[in-house]
Amino acid sequence: MFGRLVYESFRRQKRRKLLAGVAITLGVGVATAMIAVATDIGDKISRELRSYGANLIVTPQEDTLDVQIGGVDFKPPSDGAYLNEADLPKIRGTFWHHNIVGFAPMLPVSVHVDNDSAANLTLLGTYFSKRLTFGKEEFATGVRITHPWWRVQGAWPDDNSSDVLLGESLATKLGRKAGDEIIITGQTHRVVGILSTGGAEDNQIVAPLALAQQILSKPGAVRCLYVSALTKPEDALARRDPKSMNPEMFDRWYCSPYVASIAYQLQEAIPHSHAEQIRQIAQNEGTVLSRIKGLMLLVTLAALFASALAVSAAMATAIFERRGEVGLMKALGAGNISVAALFFAEALLLALIGGGVGFAGGALLARQIGRSIFDSQITIEPVLFPVILAIAVIVTFAGSAMAIRRAVKFDPVYALKGEA
Amino acid sequence: MSSLRNSDLITRRAAKPHTSMFLRMLMRAAVLRRGRAASALLAMIVAAAVATAMLNLYVDVQAKLRKEFRNYGANIVVVAKDSQELPADALDKVGAALAGHGLAVPFAYVVARTSDGQSVVVSGTDLDQVRRLNSWWSVTAWPNASQAALVGTRAAAVISPQGRPFDLSFQGRNIHLNPAGILRTGASEDSRIYLSLRDFESWTGVQPSTIEIASSGSSEEITAVVHRLSEILPTAEVRPIRQIMEGEARVLGKTRATLAAAAILIIATAALCVLSTLIGWVFDRRRDFAIMKALGASEGLIGGFFAAEAAALGAVGAIVGFGIGVGVAAWIGRVNFHAPVEPRLNVLPVVFAGSIAVALISAVLPIFLLRRVQPAMILRGE
Repeated sequence: MFGRLVYESFRRQKRRKLLAGVAITLGVGVATAMIAVATDIGDKISRELRSYGANLIVTPQEDTLDVQIGGVDFKPPSDGAYLNEADLPKIRGTFWHHNIVGFAPMLPVSVHVDNDSAANLTLLGTYFSKRLTFGKEEFATGVRITHPWWRVQGAWPDDNSSDVLLGESLATKLGRKAGDEIIITGQTHRVVGILSTGGAEDNQIVAPLALAQQILSKPGAVRCLYVSALTKPEDALARRDPKSMNPEMFDRWYCSPYVASIAYQLQEAIPHSHAEQIRQIAQNEGTVLSRIKGLMLLVTLAALFASALAVSAAMATAIFERRGEVGLMKALGAGNISVAALFFAEALLLALIGGGVGFAGGALLARQIGRSIFDSQITIEPVLFPVILAIAVIVTFAGSAMAIRRAVKFDPVYALKGEA
Repeated sequence: MSSLRNSDLITRRAAKPHTSMFLRMLMRAAVLRRGRAASALLAMIVAAAVATAMLNLYVDVQAKLRKEFRNYGANIVVVAKDSQELPADALDKVGAALAGHGLAVPFAYVVARTSDGQSVVVSGTDLDQVRRLNSWWSVTAWPNASQAALVGTRAAAVISPQGRPFDLSFQGRNIHLNPAGILRTGASEDSRIYLSLRDFESWTGVQPSTIEIASSGSSEEITAVVHRLSEILPTAEVRPIRQIMEGEARVLGKTRATLAAAAILIIATAALCVLSTLIGWVFDRRRDFAIMKALGASEGLIGGFFAAEAAALGAVGAIVGFGIGVGVAAWIGRVNFHAPVEPRLNVLPVVFAGSIAVALISAVLPIFLLRRVQPAMILRGE
């Protein structure tokens, strides 16, 4: 009998059920989408923060002091130690290689251009988008990934060519544009593009690494290496000195993508090197990230609150409209408990159906948001499904409870006369 | 003549009690059915509050995040052309051009030699300002005495391994310095030594050649500052630091877009809540509607009655909700950004119009549906 009551109620009052069902579906959909976006926003924003460039720098261990002001090097060119280019692909073999977005080696050498021995310029050798292999894996890396604010008018040089880029200011000074030729230390090179960075490189020549090594006549030499890595904001463990940790704690530290533990692993991967975090980038990332995450968390709470309210309001309205029915049931001898049980059973059914459909809709919505804003997928944890369903049931029950209490309290006589 | 006066009287009589009756019906409807009216008003207030909070947050979040982004340090740099010195009044001019919307810090550089002939870059600057500009600098102790220096960690390893005092010479002039603290940044600062500008100038006689500026504001405002500075400092090169500006624009844009999506979803949900509550409320009063119609009220009058009621509800809800929403936004600002979100009055008309529009739709929709139903059917309870 009870089952039939519920069934018939759904069959005969399609319009009312549909309204309440739509409210639950939309509420759950919005809640699902917001939870999915909020849980994923940390990952997405930390990827966006990589547009600030490298957050780690690797230098030779026994390096001498930099004597550099505003990008101009005052150190004798042959001075100092070098890293070995052949060691670079080993970065792909570190524990956190999935977090390493890219790296770019740098080798500055001083050169003369156009047979003018007075004009002493810096030529910076680097990777633009170099294809490397580590084991069976092939990948591309270089300044186009680690320095996304570098802009080129013309074309980027090929890493295996001997074409060069001219810095913006230098190009105006030398009167060159993309497509011209330039004589560097006696050899003619093609200028394929004009580089604008807003930094010291605007006054430099930027060339493939092999060309710089050839000019320096030190094959395989790299002065320093910029690494761009996705990191976890620092916490109490990250600030501790790894040397003072017990083995268990050290393992936990080593296996967390803190900027310090990634630096430690880079040092392990590249012999005779010293890796250091670039504090301007690495330190500020954490605060910006935590602010944005905190904001989205609070906004998600607001969304949950709004959708809970919408569901409650729809349920209350739906039940209130049926007080005549309640009066009839009570006049026929139904107790308060069986009337309430009927309403709760209907609410449960609505919550499960609405919750299921809403979850699917919310997942689609979250994907759409991810694709249109971040150009990448927002993944939805399957664990979220039972949680969302439980929340939907609880909110629907809570929203119905007050209305059901009022509905069963009506005197059937008045309810049937429609005077409640 | 008399017939004209007569009809005039009738219209006047008809008009006068007409309006007062209209108002009385509105008032009585609100007072007599307190419970339902209150729940409809509550839904209205909550929705207006949520909408206000989200819009306020959306408008203000840019300013709040910009403040966080200024921790990345300078976004404009002024460099003397061809490594000369800047004019002596350059810093004052920059300060005047910024007009309090930013921080300007001068830097002077020389390459000095240690007693064992090692070259090292020494910089003179305003240490108090640098501390505010570059909050990421990790410093063991900031120097506050004269002849005290801030030594980069790599420079310290070479020049004063155990924190011993050391001598530097520049063009035959010597200075004796005490290392007050060790500086760690992971960039070129690690190989440098920083002094107060006064010590630096009395030792080398070299004036600042670089001014680093952290200008607050949107990217258009910063571009305007760059233009203004290049006009007043023709001998210097003024350039924005693209790395900082582009990163900021990107992250800010994505955050704003996400927040906008969230705001749309939340406001739509809140509007839905109001719609379902109000439709229920009006539908519930179909008896009033039927009685009015049976007594001869026109469709327009009934529509106007329900619409006026809904508009009043929307207006009250919007104003109360705006107050609460501003409070919620301020609280979110305090919790997350440690500074309250400023109430934006330009949000009020939007919330006000939106609330009334939603209320009108939810009042007129059921009336429209009931229009074709005979009053007798409703009164019989069908």
